[in-house]
Amino acid sequence: MEAFTTHTGIGVPLRRSNVDTDQIIPAVYLKRVTKTGFDDGLFNAWRTNDPEFVLNQPAYAKGSVLVAGPDFGTGSSREHAVWALRDYGFKAVLSTRFAEIFRGNAGKQGLVAGILSQDDIEQLWKILEENPGTEVTVDLENRQVHAGDATFRFEIDDYTRWRLMEGLDDIALTLRHEEDISAFEAKRPSWMPKTLPVRTADTQV
Amino acid sequence: MAGTLAEKVWADHVVRRGENGEPDLLYIDLQLLHEVTSPQAFDGLRQEGRTPRRIDQTIATEDHNTPTIDIDKPIADITSRTQIEILRRNAEEFGVRIHSLGDKDQGIVHVVGPQLGLTMPGITVVCGDSHTSTHGAFGALAFGIGTSEVEHVLATQTLPLAPFKTMAVTVTGSLKPGVTAKDIILAVIAKIGTGGGAGYVLEYRGEAIRELSMEGRMTICNMSIEAGARAGMIAPDETTFEYVKGRPHAPQGEDWDEAVAYWKTLRTDDDATFDAEVVIDADQLEPFVTWGTNPGQGLPLSAAVPAPEDFVDQTDRSAAERALEYMDLVPGTPLKDIKVDTVFMGSCTNGRIEDLRAFASVLEGRTKHPDVRVLVVPGSARVRLQAEQEGLDKVFLDFGAEWRQAGCSMCLGMNPDQLAPGERAASTSNRNFEGRQGKGGRTHLVSPVVAAATAVRGTLSSPSDLLTNA
Repeated sequence: MEAFTTHTGIGVPLRRSNVDTDQIIPAVYLKRVTKTGFDDGLFNAWRTNDPEFVLNQPAYAKGSVLVAGPDFGTGSSREHAVWALRDYGFKAVLSTRFAEIFRGNAGKQGLVAGILSQDDIEQLWKILEENPGTEVTVDLENRQVHAGDATFRFEIDDYTRWRLMEGLDDIALTLRHEEDISAFEAKRPSWMPKTLPVRTADTQV
Repeated sequence: MAGTLAEKVWADHVVRRGENGEPDLLYIDLQLLHEVTSPQAFDGLRQEGRTPRRIDQTIATEDHNTPTIDIDKPIADITSRTQIEILRRNAEEFGVRIHSLGDKDQGIVHVVGPQLGLTMPGITVVCGDSHTSTHGAFGALAFGIGTSEVEHVLATQTLPLAPFKTMAVTVTGSLKPGVTAKDIILAVIAKIGTGGGAGYVLEYRGEAIRELSMEGRMTICNMSIEAGARAGMIAPDETTFEYVKGRPHAPQGEDWDEAVAYWKTLRTDDDATFDAEVVIDADQLEPFVTWGTNPGQGLPLSAAVPAPEDFVDQTDRSAAERALEYMDLVPGTPLKDIKVDTVFMGSCTNGRIEDLRAFASVLEGRTKHPDVRVLVVPGSARVRLQAEQEGLDKVFLDFGAEWRQAGCSMCLGMNPDQLAPGERAASTSNRNFEGRQGKGGRTHLVSPVVAAATAVRGTLSSPSDLLTNA
């Protein structure tokens, strides 16, 4: 996972609340066998059926900071929702409230889920709608969002912020304790299960 | 300090205690892989330039998507074929041991692990499949995980885990003839509900559990997840050691003695306490069957279809209403009058050799009901071979059943073996959810002997019904 300190990119105003994971990515895309390449599934129904949908507008199409209404990412636990946002190019989602599981999944995949007050979200929407293509800077270190001349503060928990800034996914974090793992392994009895070399009922003596 | 079985196994696997609210880091002894939940995990490793830490503690089989006929031909469904091909490619690229379709050691992950002697008492086992709880029958701490966690275990052989609570499920007395492990677990789930085990590791104890074979114990632990539990466990004893001994990957010689000495310490101390306890009296148990659309909606076979008004709790009542509608059942109908179209004998719950023997023992010398289709699917290729050695396949075929290749088959509607809309099955599997066995299909969960008696009579039946009507 790449370390995240600040990111600047086009802001996308998504004036909707309760954007559930089925809307973020429909179930039909869950049959895929990769962890990447979900960008075409992102908001698929809206992108397909609604020409006015924000990402169908050229000024916002290359956006990387999503500014959404409350209760973003509710519904199923599918990690595919975060994968789809990430694959499309989003680095941060700003909202007044996130579903717990979505927020956890986002932290695992390097996507900043920043919490702002509804007033600030409204102001951001206004800025982004008045000047489509406006760049937004998400400063994780100082927990600030800059858009135009305005600056807003966002919330993110200390542990997640630290992991994101260090570029640590859960695996990288665990690998920091690699010595502990090796020490544990050194003490395991030799008769614990080993799948290799292969033994089967046919090869047994 | 006194501890429960689960706490002891946990303590013996802590790599690092979590500080400041961080979870403990637990060592994972064995990871089982299959085609459906592993592709993204391998893709994640590749993305980050990582490799599996312990391919010698990892094993893959093909089971969920695989057909149970014509296994020498290409898989017709493109998605399924792709998932299988990707598993094979990943196994080759990363050096992971794989038992593919056609291999003698192919089969359902939870049948293959124990069969190879890889599942042992006191180990930690994970798999991207909720029925990993099966392996708890050996006194292992075994649970299902998500795809990111599969990747985590591949890369680190550990998992950060918050501690569980413990629940004793004590089954006193002895089972009557014709009543089986499946009936115990269906009764447990009916008693505590599908969420009753949430947050707990269940430990099954008591005389009736001690009297069970390893196959029976696996059936019980397998369905712990249907009570919402993270895992189910049974303390290892002579029955366990006898089952493990001599299997391909079991410890040998001095290692065996050392292992058994350790395994004997894996029991809940007399002065240890559980966070919760439920008691079931095996003497009172009858064959159990589900009437609804979750595994907790079960009753003794001698009962009648309940009415929504029978339920005091409003949530239970509306769940019953929806279930009766989906199942197309009328309250008051004796369960034994319910006609079925299909009998499915198999799955990680009841697809082992003992299950097939029990099924065959009821069928032998009897005739299949003409309106019933009977599908017999061994849990692994070895189980199939052993059944054929014992001549069980002849019993099945003479009876008029289909004798298939190993796999998850009709348990989950992901492969060609599915119920048609509106079809009703008596199934030895583990989930009776809407559409689980095929869109619009209706499932009654039963034991192998009830499945067999049902195949004879065409309605939900127990073996004793065959005797009274003979």
